[in-house]
Amino acid sequence: MSKMHVEVVSTEQLIYSGEAEFLVAPALEGEIGVYPRHVPLLTRIKPGVLRMTVPGSKEEVLVAVSGGMLEVQPTHITVLADTAIRGEDLDEARANEAKRAAEESLQHATDDLSTAKAHAALAVAIAQLKALDYLKKRVH
Amino acid sequence: MAVGKEILTKIRSVQNTQKITRAMQMVSTSKMRKTQERMRAARPYAEKVRTVMAHLAQANADLGHPLLARRDVVKRAGIILVSSDKGLCGGLNVNSFKRFYAKVKELQEQDVEIDVCCLGQKAVAACQRARLNVVASAVQLGDVPKMDKLIGPLTVLFKQYAEGELDAVYIVYSGFINTMKQEPTLEQLLPLTPQHMVVEHSHSWDYLYEPDAPSLMEFLVKRYLESVVYQALAENMASEQAARMVAMKAATDNAGNTIKQLRLVYNKARQAAITTELSEIVAGAAAV
Repeated sequence: MSKMHVEVVSTEQLIYSGEAEFLVAPALEGEIGVYPRHVPLLTRIKPGVLRMTVPGSKEEVLVAVSGGMLEVQPTHITVLADTAIRGEDLDEARANEAKRAAEESLQHATDDLSTAKAHAALAVAIAQLKALDYLKKRVH
Repeated sequence: MAVGKEILTKIRSVQNTQKITRAMQMVSTSKMRKTQERMRAARPYAEKVRTVMAHLAQANADLGHPLLARRDVVKRAGIILVSSDKGLCGGLNVNSFKRFYAKVKELQEQDVEIDVCCLGQKAVAACQRARLNVVASAVQLGDVPKMDKLIGPLTVLFKQYAEGELDAVYIVYSGFINTMKQEPTLEQLLPLTPQHMVVEHSHSWDYLYEPDAPSLMEFLVKRYLESVVYQALAENMASEQAARMVAMKAATDNAGNTIKQLRLVYNKARQAAITTELSEIVAGAAAV
């Protein structure tokens, strides 16, 4: 029976690499099964489990992915797996979090700035008081 | 005899410092190997995404994705500044910041406004000092680069670019060349330069798309950019550990030299004291 090479990669690491006779992937529009010599196909996959039939083994190999992209070529299959659970809303929430972090750090800066200003004002006031003391002494 | 008690105290304090720097050196030596492995592990993904993306772009030349749009006039630019969270790593961050400030100055001279996205504590501090507009930031990144932490800040920038608020996006980080050499690197992320889109061997076949080419393209472009930034962060972390190891080794060696010199001074002082005492005794005996 013919085989195909399967690679599951993510940004952080190579998750799986090996031969397979048959693969089932949770595509966005429903599960798809791929045999060797499949026509080139590109599709997104949902978070789920990849099932593979591996030559010389009755057990299926299972690889869990949190979504990503499936690229099918006649003799090899690449899964570009996401490392984090993704979604429009979730990404949006993360973006807001990052913005908030930036604003917060700036907030601290203004706090530091106002502290510095207060310190400077205090120094001026002390200097003025000292000058007054000095003048009083001279008058007496 | 209490000769040179201050010197002994000093020696002890330098020895304590040396213990710390030596420990830090060993810690970063062991971390360095791991960070380098991680840096390499990130490469296959970026390469694969780039190939698929290039192919897709070639098969569908007229894909009008907002992230691929080119702008003729640059009015506002985004810069992603990558730094370490902690200090004590020699001139690593300073060198990156110099490269960054040079670019900022160049852009400001062309009347380009700048938004900065900071990755790492030191970058945030540097941008505050320079009074730059920080639109997004991620700190406390740890020793392992995590995609999870990058998605937020990047989404902010890419969204702005897609909406036309930003006309270019750059990234500044410390590139890892080898253990002794790290080089501040500036790259243009957006608009994508044509060299990103070259396929080595062009075929006349095309994929079947599910659901359709444009939405897949959007997905790929995003993932590609994210992987580039991830790679930059991983490289910056490897550089950080290498720089820290070298800096701490130098510090340990310096501490050793200082101790040697102090010992010499101490011994001399002690010997001088003994000699004086002896000559006093001899003089005293001679007088009697």
